[in-house]
Amino acid sequence: MKTISNMSRRVMLGVMGAAMLAAMPAAGFAENAKLKIGFVGVTSGPAAAWGTSNVRSMETLAAWYNELGGVKIGEVTYDLDIVTFDDQKDPKRAIAGMEKMAQEGIHYVVGPNVDDGAAAVRPVAEANGIIYFPYAFPKSLYEKPASNAVLGMIANYQSGPAIYKYLMENKGVKKVAFVAANESDPLSQRDGGVAAAKALGLEVVAQNDTYQNDTRDFSPVLTPIVALKPDLLVLSGVAPANAPLLIRAARELGYEGLISTETAQDAKVLEEGAGELANGFISVGGASTPEIASDRMKEFVERYTKMFGEYNDESNTKVYALDYILETLKASPAALDNVEEFKKAMDTFSAPNPYLKGDAKLTYVGSTSFGQKRQVAVPMVVNEYKDGAFETLFVGTVD
Amino acid sequence: MEQVIANGLYLGAQYALIALGLTLIFALMNVLNFAHGQMYVLGGFITYTVYGQLGLPFVVALLASGMTLAVIGALMEKYLFRTVIKRSHREESTMLLAAATAFFFDAVILLIFGEKQRGVPKIVKGVFNTDGLIMPYDRIAVGALAIVFIAAFILYMQYSRPGRAMRALAQDRVAAQLMGVAVERYSMIGFAMGAMLAGIVGGLLVTITGVNSGIGGPISIKAFMMVMIGGAGVVGGAIAGGFILGMMESVGLTVLREYGDVTYLVIFAALMVFLSIRPNGLMGKPWG
Repeated sequence: MKTISNMSRRVMLGVMGAAMLAAMPAAGFAENAKLKIGFVGVTSGPAAAWGTSNVRSMETLAAWYNELGGVKIGEVTYDLDIVTFDDQKDPKRAIAGMEKMAQEGIHYVVGPNVDDGAAAVRPVAEANGIIYFPYAFPKSLYEKPASNAVLGMIANYQSGPAIYKYLMENKGVKKVAFVAANESDPLSQRDGGVAAAKALGLEVVAQNDTYQNDTRDFSPVLTPIVALKPDLLVLSGVAPANAPLLIRAARELGYEGLISTETAQDAKVLEEGAGELANGFISVGGASTPEIASDRMKEFVERYTKMFGEYNDESNTKVYALDYILETLKASPAALDNVEEFKKAMDTFSAPNPYLKGDAKLTYVGSTSFGQKRQVAVPMVVNEYKDGAFETLFVGTVD
Repeated sequence: MEQVIANGLYLGAQYALIALGLTLIFALMNVLNFAHGQMYVLGGFITYTVYGQLGLPFVVALLASGMTLAVIGALMEKYLFRTVIKRSHREESTMLLAAATAFFFDAVILLIFGEKQRGVPKIVKGVFNTDGLIMPYDRIAVGALAIVFIAAFILYMQYSRPGRAMRALAQDRVAAQLMGVAVERYSMIGFAMGAMLAGIVGGLLVTITGVNSGIGGPISIKAFMMVMIGGAGVVGGAIAGGFILGMMESVGLTVLREYGDVTYLVIFAALMVFLSIRPNGLMGKPWG
């Protein structure tokens, strides 16, 4: 009995000691409340890179802010807590993810990454007072009566016309052909691109050509298009895995015109898959270039690379959403629990853009495209691939 | 039109080589190897690593792909399929096992090689270009190699002792056993050869189309289509199925291009009608 009693005492002391040790760090940070920001998007499967760059950007920034002592909104200083949910590019799972955010009392969510997921979560977000920042392009998400979605990047129907106009004026493009994977996102991007090209007065010589997303040999797909000799071949919504294969097939079939896309690409994948045949390929890049990046952007890239071992050019755009949320909340602290206040603040919100040199501002835009300010303002960077790296072709803006 | 036919022939040659390994395993063991596409992908990644990353000669990389997959195939037959076939009389048991190995390979390949598309330098540079016909030299080389491999495979099956044993096994397993054929040994060799073919074609095509971890499933589906067209378990059928599918794809994508992505819709519809008339495909009986 004596042994048992001694053991019990030792166990109790051990438990108490452990409990005190566990409580100590908590006590150290106790002065800061927690502010939860959600992410619902794809972080697994073939499209994992899209959501992973979001999550990593948010986690890098959150760690940075927390290290500096938190974020002050109104009179309270908060530590950031990023709550993530992998929707696996499945709209049903995206709904479950947004419901989880609602159950956790989260009012600000980044994502989803694709059209159908972003459309699927809309009723849940609107019913539960959640503002979300999709990386998806359907205008219905951002036009009235919708009001809870804020586009987190430049849409293809915004970058497309800018690219076509640039190529018309600088490269003499007159005839354009479109090819897209037979999936909702690429097809909707193709339709937007065709409309934009026609509006600019370009002759569209091919607009119905599509391919299965798992196609491995694109020669049969491109043979009839190359025969039409377009000045510009647009790979609408092309996945990074397919871009080098399409470029290589087109060039090997003798195509000598320009090739472009409105989606972000990976220079390493282009280099391995198409080599020098990819030189001159035009794509939309992350929202920064060495010429316009501020010191803060450079430090963000360093911290991100240190945390995750590699950097993704797309994160130059993905870094913005969390800062837009925080800066708008700082401007309107009442929006912490009331997204209607956030919506009111969006119309007049303006803050210095910490990621750009000079006096650039963080503001909400989109009036021209959506009839209301439901888009973050980020630089539109258009790149040209050359010998294993992207070079900036031009930088534009969007309203 | 010459270009369309050349595209179809090239596609057909590579498809036929993909289908050969699948039909061999089916003929010998009555196993639908759902992991065939994943074996192709693994072969592609091995060539990518040996040739693209380590800088060793392409032939070494191709051998490494073929040999690695042969060993994996032999081990799968010995420790997985043989055990299941012995313990279960239900055919779906091997199908479920094959599906499980496909998922397993998918996960392992993603873990080891990541989600990115990978490619290697061209093995032959330059393009053959005449009026009306353009074909890069590396495609011509790969198409020719595919035909050489197909011919070597047929000759091996026709005239070598293991080939004859495997054909006997495919015709009648019990009779072959009664005639002294070492059934287990030749089943293992056959499975290893099937897997090796998948690895070799994966290694060959990584030079043209690259490879990524998500394409195993679609490759398997195309291989099954070719086998369905030609007839399961028949070498000639797999070759015919490959060329027919390649030609249908090439012609369809040219002729039907104005109607959007309907080529595969038409191919699937034609396949359903065809199978309802000839359920065993064009040459639907084993070996013989």
